[in-house]
Amino acid sequence: MSRTKRAVAPKNKGDRWGLAYVSPFFIIFGIFGLLPILFTVYVSFFHWDPLAGHNFIGLDNFRNLFTDPYFYRAVRNTFSIFLFSFLPQTILALLLANFLANPALRFKVFWRTILLVPWVTSILSVAIIFSELFGQNYGMVNVAMHYLGLSHIGIHNVNWVGQTIPSHIAIACMIIYRNLGYASLIYLSSMLSIPRDLYESASLDGASKWQQFRYVTIPQLKNTLTFMLIVGTIGGLQTFLEPLTYGGVQGGDSRQFSTLALYLYEQIIQNNKLGYAAAIGVAITLLTIVISGVNFLVTRKISGSDS
Amino acid sequence: MSPLLEWFTGPRTDKKKRKVSRFSYLALAIFAFLSIFPLYWLFVVASNSNAEISKIPPSLVPGPNFFKELKAVYAAVPLTNALVNTALIALVVAASQVFFCTMAGYAYAKLAFPGKRASLVVIIGTMMLPAQLGIVVLYIMMADFFHWINDFKAIVIPSMIGAFGVFWMRQIIDAQIPNELLEAAKIDGGTNFRIYRSVVVPIIAPSALVLGLFSFLGTWNDFLWPSLVLNSPKRFTIQVAVNQLNGTYTVDYALKMCGAFMATLPLLILFIFVGRRLVSGIMDGAVKG
Repeated sequence: MSRTKRAVAPKNKGDRWGLAYVSPFFIIFGIFGLLPILFTVYVSFFHWDPLAGHNFIGLDNFRNLFTDPYFYRAVRNTFSIFLFSFLPQTILALLLANFLANPALRFKVFWRTILLVPWVTSILSVAIIFSELFGQNYGMVNVAMHYLGLSHIGIHNVNWVGQTIPSHIAIACMIIYRNLGYASLIYLSSMLSIPRDLYESASLDGASKWQQFRYVTIPQLKNTLTFMLIVGTIGGLQTFLEPLTYGGVQGGDSRQFSTLALYLYEQIIQNNKLGYAAAIGVAITLLTIVISGVNFLVTRKISGSDS
Repeated sequence: MSPLLEWFTGPRTDKKKRKVSRFSYLALAIFAFLSIFPLYWLFVVASNSNAEISKIPPSLVPGPNFFKELKAVYAAVPLTNALVNTALIALVVAASQVFFCTMAGYAYAKLAFPGKRASLVVIIGTMMLPAQLGIVVLYIMMADFFHWINDFKAIVIPSMIGAFGVFWMRQIIDAQIPNELLEAAKIDGGTNFRIYRSVVVPIIAPSALVLGLFSFLGTWNDFLWPSLVLNSPKRFTIQVAVNQLNGTYTVDYALKMCGAFMATLPLLILFIFVGRRLVSGIMDGAVKG
């Protein structure tokens, strides 16, 4: 395919024109996109105070980071919140997409559109709304759980901010609320491109709806699931504004929901430790790369053994 | 049934065989409700007194206090200012993203230039990196080199282009514009830019519009970067302004929710007009298979 394209593209004249089209992008991307990324590694070797200046300290920022209990707490919280949000979100999105993909469904556009509404609201607004809903004394969630009779099994007046796991669940709800519709549409789009005859032959073989979903739909979505897992990991490691809104820049009184990105923000906005912040940025990136690599290898292995 | 109509609607037996269970409708209705309810609740709290909300069971209908709360919001932050700032910034960013990303996407899809392949790898690579990675240095650049703190340039100029936008436009142009069409236009004597303007742009306009909407929404809703570079209230964007209401020691939900409502309302109105386009844009841009 690339060969035909190259034959058509006029090589000599194209050089000039191609650069003309792409150069505004190159200039801005180089200065404001690429340069800061490369330079961040440099800054992470400095003690860098915006007011007091900077001096080279070698690997000290990283050494401090690896012995910093707040950093490890942020790592733990980030992963915990990611798991609490990503797993339910994926299951729900697949389920909704499966309903939406039914060709006989009525009001298709309506359902698709209304599920996307939360995605246009800002994270800040969502976080403010859910902070209210998860309030301990008068919050709708506790009130609803009371009326559902959960107090009979000992769940009563949950402190959704102060306790670690409940606070992670509340933050995960904010993330799911905003992303579920978007994820559903991505899965729906992939489901609609699955050849119909696969389902027809499966149903001729007597496969139930669930079996069709499990043995036809899911394997066909492997690439999309891998993609969403990688994108989800990248997004999950950046979780920041929900915990900030929910409990301030430290992520709760005992940092019970401080995340990596929030810890980075704290270094900039409160501690004036830009070098340390840069080191946290590098750490987030390394974690992202390692996890994406593992995800990629694992999903490739699974799909390899399946086929 | 004519063959053409049948091609559109699918074979008739299809609909008979696959029915939609009531459970599907029930589940969809529940999730549609869950999507809308928090936004409705936003208005309910914003328009009730705190006492009304702190009853058990709480009031579930809008109250009479909305304009009183709005006044309180205005007393705390310059809301109109923030809305106008944000709308201007988001419009400029969206327009320039559309302009530059379609051009660069066209070059990546259809033209040759040195470093094409390598730079595309770099673009995709940066899309995989967390946004926070570059932010420290970008902040240092804005503070010490450009002196753009409290200047909208600090927000607008870095986001005039986007790796995602370029990559997406490349995919769209690659898929929607056959090389033969460009060849034919060239034989007709079109200059390079004219071909781009009168052949390429009209075809990809719907997708480019969706890119513009994405950028607009993203800029409107961005908090992290504006909160770092804007610190004079006159310059606040709407998210930064609303965050000011979110003081650590206040639990004035009505006030916060009123601010959040005002930040969300313009987007909800926009969504009424462009919601369907966003849906199809997301589904077109999705990875297949």
